[in-house]
Amino acid sequence: MRGLFPALLLLVAALFLASLLTGPAGLPAMDALRALALGGDGPLPIVMREIRLPRAILGVAVGAGLGLTGAALQGYLRNPLAEPGLIGISGMAALGAVIAIQTGLSLVAALALPLAALVGAAAGVAMLVALAGPRGGSVTLILAGVAISALAGAGTALVLNLSPNPYAASEIVFWLMGSLADKSMLHVWLALPPMLLGAALILTTRHALDALTLGEAAAQTLGMAGPSLRWRLIAGTALIVGPATAVAGAIGFVGLVVPHVLRPWVGARPSALLPASALGGAALLLASDIAVRLIVPDRDLKLGVLTAIVGAPLFLHLIWKTRSGGRV
Amino acid sequence: MRGCVRRSDAILAAAVLIAAALPAGAAPQRVVSMNLCSDQLAMMLAAPEQLVSVSSLAQDPRLSPMADQAAAYKANTGRAEEIYLMRPDLVIAGTYTPPATVAMLRRLGIRVETPPPAEDFDAIRADITRMGDWLGQPQAARDLLARFDADLAAARRPGGRGRAALYEANGFTSGPDTLAGSILEAAGYANIAADHGISATTTLPLELLVMSDPDRLITGAKWPGQSQGEAILDHPALAAFPGRAQVTDLNWTCGTPFVTRAIRSLE
Repeated sequence: MRGLFPALLLLVAALFLASLLTGPAGLPAMDALRALALGGDGPLPIVMREIRLPRAILGVAVGAGLGLTGAALQGYLRNPLAEPGLIGISGMAALGAVIAIQTGLSLVAALALPLAALVGAAAGVAMLVALAGPRGGSVTLILAGVAISALAGAGTALVLNLSPNPYAASEIVFWLMGSLADKSMLHVWLALPPMLLGAALILTTRHALDALTLGEAAAQTLGMAGPSLRWRLIAGTALIVGPATAVAGAIGFVGLVVPHVLRPWVGARPSALLPASALGGAALLLASDIAVRLIVPDRDLKLGVLTAIVGAPLFLHLIWKTRSGGRV
Repeated sequence: MRGCVRRSDAILAAAVLIAAALPAGAAPQRVVSMNLCSDQLAMMLAAPEQLVSVSSLAQDPRLSPMADQAAAYKANTGRAEEIYLMRPDLVIAGTYTPPATVAMLRRLGIRVETPPPAEDFDAIRADITRMGDWLGQPQAARDLLARFDADLAAARRPGGRGRAALYEANGFTSGPDTLAGSILEAAGYANIAADHGISATTTLPLELLVMSDPDRLITGAKWPGQSQGEAILDHPALAAFPGRAQVTDLNWTCGTPFVTRAIRSLE
């Protein structure tokens, strides 16, 4: 357990480097890294600094954000099936982003894009917490999630189909499946600051989440399960999932798989699971993003395709265990 | 076997004789075009009153270089029902017209032609002649062809002006076997798509485009509303080609004599 954090850090660093060195242009590794660090003339520094670097940074940030919010939601809702993508928070964020883009708000002010996605995500979390708070069962949570996802997906498809732009309708897939292809540093600067703020907010909840594992009554006795916890979680999740979805689309299952895999390693303590899941999420998303570039290099295979192939069987397994009454 | 061949030859010969003997009045009198590209050729060649309707796209000034002329015609949106009610005796659709619509019109006894899109200048020349034959206006077609040949010869530039890249929404580029590629070549540019083994229209990853370091970058036009697909044209990595970006427009869309304007736009 003590070696877990150094090992995860090393894994993320290695995958970050691999992500920088993966691409259709097949650049020599040393030249590529020199161009990244030192710049210079010609197209090589542009490829490294403007195309590959933002992609790798967003891979770390979005993956870490999804892992962190997944672990936090699971801790607060005391339910291993909670995950921003599956229960509709990412979908609501995508709807907010699409509305900001198609109404032209995002052209008026660049910040309108992450802000609108943030509002969408906040509405999604607030609805979920209202419908299936710590006392709601798995069934309530999943049903509420299905309803919110369906509504958000339909809204996104409607907005894109109403767009006068001939390309907009084909982008429903991007918003439902997510992709990091051809993102720029502009996207990094838009998404990263609110995501860091959200991560800081969520990390302040970790002791309260620890207390909550003793049961809601015990946590309330300790003064740790009050409305402040709920608001910090809602705001933190929205601050992370909103901007992440605004730049990368809705990527599912990361926040489900990672906490599930890491939970035994940290003794099921949320306070340790939160940072571990952030690192694990970053590693999973970087690995997926490298894989989509290796499997079909000339097509933009969506990230959500890979995370779903890994995550959906695990999701079914969890539902199966919940159904048979076993602890998960 | 031999008998069969001889009989089909005889039928063919008879058909040719009959066709030659038909009076000029056999040209279709109510023609409907439902494809942006055939709209333009039909408007250039049809006799007054012969062309009844063109597609609504032909009236869109963002898409059609003949939007003004097209405004004088009734517009259709490509649905079998509205086209049948116009009582056409010839419908000119296209390879990409929904097959159900074409099949429906044919079942209703209407002659439907589906010309494929022209991908080079020889195909445009053939299209002009064929449209003239369909409309029974061979002389108009010969005149247009002569003007097109003269325009094309005047617009063409010898090669060696450098390497150019075509880049459109969703990262698509066009190779030498496409109309846009032919326009590029006629303007005297080498197409970087060929360096990557691309001959038709397909995606080219952004970093390969940047690594190719083209002398000239020609991007697709932007549409109202926004899309992720077009966002790639605003990528900071492309801003590194200062003053080299140029936008393709309505003269690049169709294989019509307007392509000479597209060639000249690259001067």
